[in-house]
Amino acid sequence: MSETPLLKVENLTVRFAVKRGGSFGKKHFLYAVDDVSFEVAKGKTLAIVGESGSGKTTAALAVARLVDAHAGEVDLGGHEILHLEGEDLRQARRKVQFIFQDPYSSLNPRQRAEDVVREPLLSLTDTPKDEQQKIVDDLFAHVGLRPEQKRLFPHQFSGGQRQRIGIARALATQPELIICDEPVSALDVAVQAQILNLLRRLQTEYGLTFLFISHDLGVVQHMCDSIAVMYMGKIVEHADRLSLFNNPLHPYTAALLSAVPTVDKTLREKSRRILIPGDPPDPVNLPKGCRFANRCPVAQDQCREIEPDLKTVKGGHKIACHLVDDTAVSPL
Amino acid sequence: MTEPLLKVENLRIELTTRAGVTPVIDNLSFELGHGENISFVGESGCGKSMTALSIMGLLPEGVGRIASGSIQFDGEELTTASTERLREIRGNEISMIFQEPMTSLNPVYTVGEQIAEVLRAHQGLSKKAAWDMAAELLDAVRIPNAKGRVGDYPFQMSGGQRQRVMIAMALACKPKILIADEPTTALDVTVQAQIFDLLRDLRRDTGTSIIMITHDMGAVAEMAERMIVMYAGRNAEIGLVDQIIDHPRHPYTKGLISCVPHIVANLTEERHDLTEVPGIVPSLQEFGKNRCLFASRCNLRTDECLRERPPAREFENGQKADCWHAEEL
Repeated sequence: MSETPLLKVENLTVRFAVKRGGSFGKKHFLYAVDDVSFEVAKGKTLAIVGESGSGKTTAALAVARLVDAHAGEVDLGGHEILHLEGEDLRQARRKVQFIFQDPYSSLNPRQRAEDVVREPLLSLTDTPKDEQQKIVDDLFAHVGLRPEQKRLFPHQFSGGQRQRIGIARALATQPELIICDEPVSALDVAVQAQILNLLRRLQTEYGLTFLFISHDLGVVQHMCDSIAVMYMGKIVEHADRLSLFNNPLHPYTAALLSAVPTVDKTLREKSRRILIPGDPPDPVNLPKGCRFANRCPVAQDQCREIEPDLKTVKGGHKIACHLVDDTAVSPL
Repeated sequence: MTEPLLKVENLRIELTTRAGVTPVIDNLSFELGHGENISFVGESGCGKSMTALSIMGLLPEGVGRIASGSIQFDGEELTTASTERLREIRGNEISMIFQEPMTSLNPVYTVGEQIAEVLRAHQGLSKKAAWDMAAELLDAVRIPNAKGRVGDYPFQMSGGQRQRVMIAMALACKPKILIADEPTTALDVTVQAQIFDLLRDLRRDTGTSIIMITHDMGAVAEMAERMIVMYAGRNAEIGLVDQIIDHPRHPYTKGLISCVPHIVANLTEERHDLTEVPGIVPSLQEFGKNRCLFASRCNLRTDECLRERPPAREFENGQKADCWHAEEL
């Protein structure tokens, strides 16, 4: 990548202690995010996709310092933020904001809409009061809410409008990075389009960088410049938008793509569905070898023995699979 | 021509709310043939689930009622059927899978018991026979090691497996109609694909007709032959799935198809803005008014739309759309 990345995550690991009966005093750990590295250039969008339990949200939470990382580095605009404390952390939080999945539970029901939007200004910045009001008014206009709606409570808004309030709140401190955690999956289809268009418009207006968490590949395809696919806490494939969608290399990515129901008849006839049977392995007792091997249609003996590393092949495509070599040809 | 399995004519369902009586389903007609798969599409609050509940005779008591119209199942009128008769039909001839596999199973009974209960109630099987049958059904919905898992409680299963249990339960009595209300909304895409495959195979093997309720046009395109697009309790458009996707005749259908970013065969660099359908579904107070209820969100709106409710226009290929401007689209 030619541009300097705004966000650079290296070897990020997040683990949770879990209770498992039996042996005394022995702690088991669940590695929700296991040695994950990625970077996002300024003004661009990186999507992290994967199924539930793949660790995509945990990775994002760790970047925002909302869960503690066990190891690794998160570099934001040239500053390491994982080890910040106190006032330094408060300053850093200003630069990273979050848009949550569920607009019904992520707004305080007892705060008026304008207070919801103002709250990050109060807690993270020292903006004078009259300036705060101006920022809030501006944001309301920018996200498509009417000024008279400022005094309303969250329950008086529809789902789409609530998500707009959530977006305004995320923009309040003029952040550099916005983490969107499934921002539209709780909304009706027609409203999804409104929010997605709004996010893209705001991105060009403010020059925002998005880290976009989603399981909806259609949305990801529309929103993102590059995509990282996660499976069981690992990134299995990482590439720019066109090479990932037009030439998916990892069998898991291919299966994910083929599983999306589509209205495009030619695509439906062209693509055969790659079924991945069964369920993901137990995250506490991971099998050795590739984590996807037990569901992979083309797994070989080496896949069950040695864990593949994320390697770069032709065209800058990153992939963790033994069966893909430098020529970047799908093993399927 | 053979009689359709299910024939719904001019159905009107009224809900009594604090604001008065409103028609949540207003003059809806459709037919379902033997072994056919029909889909209901629309946003939340458009009356898709209400239609399904009325067929099952499960409208919320004291609040919802069928005001007029008829529902004929295999020649039998369901709107006037007794509660006892409806109970016989429910689960036996018409059964339903609900959206949330997490909450629609009873957490304190094993899944085997819950499936066996259906068989004991409707088919009079003995306890032992019903239990064995439950294991067979779990095997039929492809739960690995079915014999070992009949004794499991719902919490011991994953989301996809729980939805399979729901399907096993719904299919226990070999129903003629299976109503699936957003069967995969809560599930991951790969699991969704597995469930769709399962439903397709079961339909091929048993000849069950399926009514699928969804908001995902992609799912409709993969699963159904015909679709009904509903808006604010009314029929917006009805016809063959391929025809409607190729050429929607109602602006709402068009909006629903184009507002979702679809994965296409050959992705290119260009990314247009998504077509927005501005606004949201009208509130219940608006339902039943004599005008096009979609008019406030429509870019083809004319005076006509606000003056009178549009009649159904039928096209040569059998597609029907309730829109004043259907020909122009």
